[in-house]
Amino acid sequence: MIDNIDLSLVDWSRAQFALTAVYHWLFVPLTLGLSFILAIMETIYVKTGKEEWRRITRFWMTLFGINFAIGVATGIILEFEFGTNWSNYSWFVGDIFGTPLAIEGILAFFLESTFVAVMFFGWNKVNKKFHLVSTWLVAIGANLSALWILVANAWMQHPVGMIFNPDTARNEMVNFWAVLFNQVAVDKFLHTISSSFLLASMFVLGISAWYLIRKREEQMAKRSILIAGVFGLLSSLMVAYTGDESARTVSKVQPVKFASMEALYEGKNNAGLIAFGILKDTDKKIGGKKVREFAFKIQIPGLLSVLTGGDNDSYVQGLKDHISGNEKLGIISTPEKMQRGKYARDVLTSYKRARLINDTAQIGAIKNVFKDKDFQNKYFRYFGYASIDKPEDVIPNVTVSFYSFHLMVVLGFLFIMIFSIALYLLFKGTISDNKWFLWIALLSIPLPYVASELGWLLTEIGRQPWIIQDMMTVSKAVSQISTGSVITTFILFAVLFTGLLISEVSIMLKQIKTGPKH
Amino acid sequence: MKPNISLLKRLFRFYYDGFRNMSGWGRKVWVIILIKLFIIIAILKIFFFQDFLYKNYHNDKERSEHVLEQLTNSSDNHDRQH
Repeated sequence: MIDNIDLSLVDWSRAQFALTAVYHWLFVPLTLGLSFILAIMETIYVKTGKEEWRRITRFWMTLFGINFAIGVATGIILEFEFGTNWSNYSWFVGDIFGTPLAIEGILAFFLESTFVAVMFFGWNKVNKKFHLVSTWLVAIGANLSALWILVANAWMQHPVGMIFNPDTARNEMVNFWAVLFNQVAVDKFLHTISSSFLLASMFVLGISAWYLIRKREEQMAKRSILIAGVFGLLSSLMVAYTGDESARTVSKVQPVKFASMEALYEGKNNAGLIAFGILKDTDKKIGGKKVREFAFKIQIPGLLSVLTGGDNDSYVQGLKDHISGNEKLGIISTPEKMQRGKYARDVLTSYKRARLINDTAQIGAIKNVFKDKDFQNKYFRYFGYASIDKPEDVIPNVTVSFYSFHLMVVLGFLFIMIFSIALYLLFKGTISDNKWFLWIALLSIPLPYVASELGWLLTEIGRQPWIIQDMMTVSKAVSQISTGSVITTFILFAVLFTGLLISEVSIMLKQIKTGPKH
Repeated sequence: MKPNISLLKRLFRFYYDGFRNMSGWGRKVWVIILIKLFIIIAILKIFFFQDFLYKNYHNDKERSEHVLEQLTNSSDNHDRQH
């Protein structure tokens, strides 16, 4: 899509899904993170009994409420798109997607909806402890809802715990726990929630900084900075740790994505970690695809090998290892995977024909082939390769993968610095005097949003051309609907979401200017 | 029976009072929620986002046959659009 926007159905469908997901993700992380900050603030109120903490909690709860209300139900549109634009995919994934999404729906409805009402309407009506429990349950419920969505997404990155049934043309879950505890799901969940905690902390820090700049609500601002600083610093350290774990898992289960993130074409021992780099076009090619090399780079020697393999002698696989194969490392070449995928497709075609003429003996025999683990592991797991035209087509957009990953990492370290400085100045008692820092904190509010969206960009662009890693290409997943209708809804969404975003920002700004009630 | 009615009454009063005493921003976001839900459910879902397989095929057998056809077809779906 980024390489070549040719206005085809698949590109418009992708653009529409990307637009919806990007906008939806503007609302979600603040809900996930701010709910925990509210729970912490309210816990202090209940423990200390100080009215000031109640006032602080209620102020941030107002901003939480605005974000929650504007963002609620924006995710439903993504589910509509699955059924309309991505029907082959929706059918193919079967209950793997259905089960986590159903659990998410039930959790979201019962935990969030019930206790959100207590959170907002329950002050002075229910006792303090019940109110506090409700606030914690909203936080836990919101984050558990996210878990199920992330489990579904993780399965697309690393499909496990299922078997394909040729009769229904669907994947059927055979091991729920394998799907739930898929290493990608665990990493993704921890990385996503910690980054959301960080985002909300920066939101609280930035707005509190604004109050200090304006010399208003200084006590509330400093107490909020204390919570946001500690929670933000811990979260940003957790983001760094879970990000590292995530990258290590990607290097194992999606090595092509990992090589693209590092723009590593040639695999090597003692591979360096690129701390900063600028890519340029070259005349070299892999098949028909241009190779991008570094015009400039700063790298830490050996660190990539250490991070992925444990020591600097370990070999980090490059893109060429996956295109041409590497016998020594047991990496199958892409042309070989394409052959295996085509064989799996031929078996499925034979099944389709047998069903057409009602050849029961043949139907039974092929069903047994699909139940065979050897066939599943050696052939069907490469089913998607049958739709690949040229081996180099399995390389995602290296430029987007590399820059989105590295910019996200740089921002991650910047956040650690900002929270550390905030706490240092707060404990020193000079935070109000350091206007330069207050302005940095205020202007940094959008940065975690940028980092969070970059993370998703890397996750999704880095997986291309697959919608389900190795099993289904994006172009196989799309429904045969008119491009015109997709363009129409793309424009409708752009208008709707922009309207919602403007509403959110304007209502929030008004509340921030008004400040907490006295 | 009586305690249940009393519980339901209390629950109703809880929500009723909550909505009635809602602040200005609360009323605004509720208007936005209702408009948004109307657009999403009454316009987008009904007119633009009908489920492709459920709209075009009558039963699961037909749907699975269609998807099987798509999966075993050697050309990509978007190629057929051009």
